[in-house]
Amino acid sequence: MKILKLIYKNLLRHKLRSLLTIAGIAIAVLAFGLLRTVVTAWSYGVEAASADRLITRHAVAFIFPLPYAYKGQLEQVEGVKKVSFASWFQGIYKDQSFENFFPRLAVDPETIFDVYPEFILPADQLTTFKQQRNSCIIGRKLAEQHNFKIGDVIPVTGDIYPGNWEFTVVGIYSGKDKTADETQMFFNWEYLNERNRQTESFATDQVGWYIIQVDDPNRAASVSEAVDALYVNSPAKTKTETEKAFQQSFVSLSGAIIASMEVVSYVIIGIILMVLANTIIMAARERIREYAVLKTLGFTNFHVVGLIAGESLFISMLGGAVGLLFTFPVCQAFGEAFPTMFPVFAVQPTTIAMAVGFSVLVGVIASVFPAYRSATMRIVDGLRQIG
Amino acid sequence: MSTLVEVKNVTKVYKRDTMEIPVLQNISLDVPEGEFLALMGPSGSGKTTLLNLISGIDQPTSGSILVGGTDIAKLNESALAKWRSNHIGFVFQFYNLMPVLTAFENVELPLLLTNLSKKEKKQRVEAVLSVVGLADRMDHYPKQLSGGQQQRVAIARAIVSDPTLIIGDEPTGDLDRKSAEEILVLLSRLNSEFKKTIIMVTHDPHAAESAHTIQHLDKGELKSN
Repeated sequence: MKILKLIYKNLLRHKLRSLLTIAGIAIAVLAFGLLRTVVTAWSYGVEAASADRLITRHAVAFIFPLPYAYKGQLEQVEGVKKVSFASWFQGIYKDQSFENFFPRLAVDPETIFDVYPEFILPADQLTTFKQQRNSCIIGRKLAEQHNFKIGDVIPVTGDIYPGNWEFTVVGIYSGKDKTADETQMFFNWEYLNERNRQTESFATDQVGWYIIQVDDPNRAASVSEAVDALYVNSPAKTKTETEKAFQQSFVSLSGAIIASMEVVSYVIIGIILMVLANTIIMAARERIREYAVLKTLGFTNFHVVGLIAGESLFISMLGGAVGLLFTFPVCQAFGEAFPTMFPVFAVQPTTIAMAVGFSVLVGVIASVFPAYRSATMRIVDGLRQIG
Repeated sequence: MSTLVEVKNVTKVYKRDTMEIPVLQNISLDVPEGEFLALMGPSGSGKTTLLNLISGIDQPTSGSILVGGTDIAKLNESALAKWRSNHIGFVFQFYNLMPVLTAFENVELPLLLTNLSKKEKKQRVEAVLSVVGLADRMDHYPKQLSGGQQQRVAIARAIVSDPTLIIGDEPTGDLDRKSAEEILVLLSRLNSEFKKTIIMVTHDPHAAESAHTIQHLDKGELKSN
């Protein structure tokens, strides 16, 4: 018989209490894992940003467009490899419900897939996209969610750009890896600009932002400065930054929500700490006389602390393991339920590490007080304790 | 016979807040090896306190206690724990068995602190359970045993590591007459057959009759019989 066996047998002393505590910890770890996954999924764009891409936007705000004429000038800047551009189209597909929302972007078909090599598109589909003015390319996840196929027409009602629009699906791109966003729709910017010319729209010959691919990611800062210097005296001044910084600025708009979710995830850890501490304190109090007997027989404080901390760790780690086990299918189901809101929704290794780390930490902290109390207890006082 | 336990001028004072409560006053006592000593006295006379001091689970306020030549009042906590595991076997009034462990596992507990092999431990546990007459109950849990049987398991646990001294704190106090008699016979046998030195606290004059010597404590002072 070993000390571990005694820990195990002590656990089974109050089966329901142990089971409820383990279940409580499992649910808390599951909630923690889900919340952390939402938080990380929210900022996936930041993680997925490429080091060799810069974004040039209007210096005042992202919503102000930039002249299309900048494209040729940007291509001449030293260190620039390729220049592409995009405009946020928005519009309404079917209705304004959440499930029918997906990003719709007017892009330059000639260059967009060069600057985003992580989007894989068959060559023949790209050729059609370049040739057919009202065509569009959609992501794999978007196609699966709405059952779009090549040849289908996607009708969209314009809001920023009024009117009824129809886009023919000529290609479906897929991501090179899990971090690539497969929920977007790209259509030809010329198609948009043509209509803008007809309606004498404010956005005629304007683009939303430029995507600049640089030769060397280490020169990103100097290229950014050179680009912005070109337009410092222009009515449409630019602000150029790395794609990561650009994505970060979007994420920071939801900063309060993300921060509150992070706080809630840590509060959950605090709650499970209280639940477990309560269980362990109760168990240790009930067994104080037994600990005194063990000490009388020659067992040391180290053994007694080991019994208490071992039981606490066993419960917290078992609960954590069960919770973590359920986190994967729950997160998968959650991600599938909201594919366009979270293009990438996967439990990250850091989340797993945090859940494991917190399980261990909670187990240790919950046992500190009862272990200290039992270790410092005088044997004669413990023996007087009534069961 | 040589002296196994030497209690010299021991005083024990408990402190409750600012109040000092003297429990033992200048006690001196010699217990020879192979002795079976009964300590008697009314409640609050200091019997259990003296027993706790001799067994090293409490420390005297002043004086010295030598057991087998070791001044246990000078040992630190971990040294004292090791000393207790090697030299003392305890029998409590309320048995104090681990409810989640079988009789075998309860008896095996003190051996977990030794370097004996698994086989040696098993042999020892089975041997002492046979001595106390419970060889056929080793897989039973305490709640499946009567009070007398539980106390016999406790005695087996006390002798399994072959201690120098067996300490009994009212070992028959919670038992019916018949079971108490069986325990006293067993203790006498351990003393006579296995040459174990026993110090037993009891209220019961009949239990004290099993001992060779009876010492009376009253108001913290020892009064020889």
